[in-house]
Amino acid sequence: MLAKRIIPCLDVNNGRVVKGVNFLNLRDAGDPVEIAHQYELAGADELVVLDITASHENRDILLDMVRATAEQVFMPLTVGGGVRTLEDCRNLLNAGADKVAMNSAAIRDPDFITTASRRFGRQCIVVAIDPKRIQSGGREVWDVHINGGRIPTGKDAVTWAQEVEHRGAGEIMLTVMDADGTCGGYDIEITRAISQAVNIPVIASGGAGHPHHLYEALTNGAADAALAASIFHFGTYTIEQAKDYLTQHGVRVRHLPHVADFPEGVL
Amino acid sequence: MNQAATEATVAIVDYGLGNLFSIHQACRHVGLAGHITSDAQAFRDADAILLPGVGAFPDAMEALERLGLVEPLKAMVAEGKPLVGICLGLQLLMQKSYEFAETPGLGLIEGTVERFDNPQGPNGTLKVPHVGWNRIDPPATRDWKNTPLEGIPAGTYQYFVHSYHVVPTDENVVLATTRYGDTIFTSSVLRDNVFACQFHPERSGPRGLDIYQNIKRFILQTKEHING
Repeated sequence: MLAKRIIPCLDVNNGRVVKGVNFLNLRDAGDPVEIAHQYELAGADELVVLDITASHENRDILLDMVRATAEQVFMPLTVGGGVRTLEDCRNLLNAGADKVAMNSAAIRDPDFITTASRRFGRQCIVVAIDPKRIQSGGREVWDVHINGGRIPTGKDAVTWAQEVEHRGAGEIMLTVMDADGTCGGYDIEITRAISQAVNIPVIASGGAGHPHHLYEALTNGAADAALAASIFHFGTYTIEQAKDYLTQHGVRVRHLPHVADFPEGVL
Repeated sequence: MNQAATEATVAIVDYGLGNLFSIHQACRHVGLAGHITSDAQAFRDADAILLPGVGAFPDAMEALERLGLVEPLKAMVAEGKPLVGICLGLQLLMQKSYEFAETPGLGLIEGTVERFDNPQGPNGTLKVPHVGWNRIDPPATRDWKNTPLEGIPAGTYQYFVHSYHVVPTDENVVLATTRYGDTIFTSSVLRDNVFACQFHPERSGPRGLDIYQNIKRFILQTKEHING
């Protein structure tokens, strides 16, 4: 059976990891290539790199970084941040990314999802959706935001998720802005609503502070994968500790070869 | 195996679809010299051919035909050159696919390519595409000794991304199977000099690289066998 995926996420600025990573004995805490390699050895199922570089002119630095990472890392690599054009997608894929994540560009021009998906295959198009709970007309709406949660779009998150699937997205990376950065747990209600509304994988993101939060996202939240940053970067839990917790609670995950796998036939 | 035989060259078929970078890197990692090419002569010069691929079956066959590669590929495999197919590269080996429209494939393996038909899990219908890490197991009738999966523990996780899977006519070519909900599908085939897998060993961590090591050995052994 398919295992649930645990995905660490690196924020990079000008080719350097920001929000310091502080696990293991890194020679260089800002080097994305070394960190990616360590995460692979630690049992990560996939890696997401989000480029937060403000200036678009520094795109070559990102591409060099992606290339160097893909040369040494043999797990799926998703790169997002500032993906605006088909050429951005092509450059990242040629540099060794397996998937590209798009957000604002998809909102501004939903046809971009369709075109990119037809050109490169839907399996490598990830659409990031960042909803925020807001009050509108006396009721709560899950309004999709762009620019790191600063700009509301007026789009309902569930409707938008169905549209991006229809337009050819291969996966949805869902970051609920209210939960992001809190370490208080994912927004299970929104995660579940979106995961059940689409037939493509949903990666839950934003809010993980404890392995139990991953468990909640992957069971009650019905997510296919859980993305987390701080709890792994700060060494609060290793990937394997988080996966041990999940296995003990009946969630199927891939363990490193030396650890006994969860027995087949039990969910 | 002598020292000179530890090097082998692989022509990685470039038909304009998908990302060949990770395959090239995985080859390099195990000491296989990979050349990304769409030149049939380069295939003849190489010790083996690696057929990768992502995207849609009809587009891939159309590209192979446009590049004039269909007949050379078939001829070289018939002559005994090792061929390794990955993901869509496995599906292209079959006789025909039902993706979008019925499309003939290379016909190197008897059988078809079919979409997952509403796979059912414990909590209802499972998502398609099948994306993520799943286990590969030998079929009940065989083991992996002397195959490109030798030494890989049964139940090893590999990375998959696909909506279609192969259905070979001859069950003897099935090297590995994988279970997705109530569906058990063929995740690897082996027939003489042709080895192919639905999963991506180049994206499957250390165990995936072990399979690339085995692929190198498969190429060298097949080459020695041809050279007599």
